[in-house]
Amino acid sequence: MWLDRLWQGVIDTFLMVGVSSVIALMLGIPLAVILVTSGKGGIFEAPTVNRVLGAFVNIFRSVPFLILMVALIPFTRLIVGTTYGVWAAVVPLTIASTPFFARIAEVSLREVDHGLVEAAQAMGCRRWHIVWHVLLPEALPGIVGGFTITLVTMINSSAMAGAIGAGGLGDIAYRYGYQRFDTQVMLTVIVLLVILVAVIQLGGDRLALRLNKR
Amino acid sequence: MTASAQRALTLEGAEAPHAAEQAELHPQKQHAHVRFINLGKVYEGPQGPVPALQGIDLDIQRGEVFGIIGRSGAGKSSLIRTINRLEKPSSGRVLIDQVDIGDFNEDTLVALRRRIGMIFQHFNLMSAKTVWQNVELPLKVAGVPKAQRQRKVAELLALVGLEGKHKAYPAQLSGGQKQRVGIARALVHDPAILLCDEATSALDPETTQSILGLLREINRRLGLTIILITHEMAVIREICDRVVVLEKGQVVEQGPVWQVFGNPQHEVSKTLLAPLQQALPEDVQARLQPHPSDHHASVVLDLQFTGSDGKEPDLSALFSAFGGRVSLLHGGVERIQGRALGHLLLAVSHSPLSAEELLNRARKHAQQAEVLGYVA
Repeated sequence: MWLDRLWQGVIDTFLMVGVSSVIALMLGIPLAVILVTSGKGGIFEAPTVNRVLGAFVNIFRSVPFLILMVALIPFTRLIVGTTYGVWAAVVPLTIASTPFFARIAEVSLREVDHGLVEAAQAMGCRRWHIVWHVLLPEALPGIVGGFTITLVTMINSSAMAGAIGAGGLGDIAYRYGYQRFDTQVMLTVIVLLVILVAVIQLGGDRLALRLNKR
Repeated sequence: MTASAQRALTLEGAEAPHAAEQAELHPQKQHAHVRFINLGKVYEGPQGPVPALQGIDLDIQRGEVFGIIGRSGAGKSSLIRTINRLEKPSSGRVLIDQVDIGDFNEDTLVALRRRIGMIFQHFNLMSAKTVWQNVELPLKVAGVPKAQRQRKVAELLALVGLEGKHKAYPAQLSGGQKQRVGIARALVHDPAILLCDEATSALDPETTQSILGLLREINRRLGLTIILITHEMAVIREICDRVVVLEKGQVVEQGPVWQVFGNPQHEVSKTLLAPLQQALPEDVQARLQPHPSDHHASVVLDLQFTGSDGKEPDLSALFSAFGGRVSLLHGGVERIQGRALGHLLLAVSHSPLSAEELLNRARKHAQQAEVLGYVA
């Protein structure tokens, strides 16, 4: 009986984190590229765009996830039509993790040696070529590492999504373990979370290492 | 030979005639390959504008190896980067094949840069790409079909001697090998100009020699114009035809390499040349006296040969002119562009002639001569 609940929790966590992280990945990388290339001396220099976007990212990064989730309720209803359940949690999770991941990816992109950009320009690359053939491949190991951190942070945040009935492992630990003093459930969930995080971290590290040819 | 015909030459094909021969065959067809007209560059620094280049006027001929030398901060990097517009000049013009590149847009700049290869001090290879992919990249972004890319990349990797390293990543290569990849990448579009930005400064002396040898060979075989910047006079001596000395953003001296080496005019040129020159050995220096101790003392003469007469030092004429015992204390002659340049430090004794007269006679055989002192 509680095993079924546990299984449902695992599925909910995977669903929330999985969907949100894919969206965060797809939005975060372009965002990071814009942040880097629109900066001073960047290949698409645009100081106003850079400042506005930077401020936006900082605002979302400074609001605690629990508050963000509540504040976003009207927006969530607009997007998914409900404010309750797994899909309602995907909206705030995505919105919180996209700027977080974008900042980490931005650092990796910024660390690409300027000499490589110069070499690319000298060989007749257009600016989009530089993004696609130079910046992204060179920053890829760092971006993979950053995505790993983002995933772990999202598992963490998803526990809070239990507050809007999204379910997931964190929610089970809270309701059964903390509120009903069921130590067995709580320990099981904790072990599952530890394994999950360890697998993600190990996999991410391995992949980053394999991609790193430096 | 026109520029397009030159570009069409395959690497394995017939040798392009050397620029010097072309100049003799068609003197009227020669126009500067790269020309700077009153070029200036000003950077906006925190304490106001900083001039990096001022009033540069230079002509670089097709097919020559042109050296730009100067101390760090002299403006060499800025100057070479105005040729492919990695650096936008603040004033003046850059003409390439008589075309002003000042108002080029992204499209025309991309086309221009594909005709100008560039190699760098720190190689600037993509670490995430293999040797093959690095050399292929310029072709790929230009939309060259795959079959053609493969032929070209294989050809160039063979030219630079890296046939066995196609699948290696830059991190697995030595410095010299990395620069060879850089050279292959720079030549993959059959450029007419190759820019070398301190290309050997990060390499050990032996590797430097092999890279310079490769550049010289490329210059001869493909007939392309090589423009290089360096702070090492040895590099200039090794491969350049002409050299300019840059100091504080201005040209302070220029000419054929043998001339600048044999008879440097500006202080900066002399300073840069100092490490290559034969200094007076310490023990001779210690024994040197300003006046003769007795009439058996030897006169120490320093003779300089600047190569301006195009002849080798005539020792027998020299010795018979002195009429006494002549011993060679120190010195040497090196050949630059077919001219003998050098210093000879001679001690002359038992000569009936006065020091003054010895000096006069020495000046008939050497371009410069002076009496350094006397040794007992």
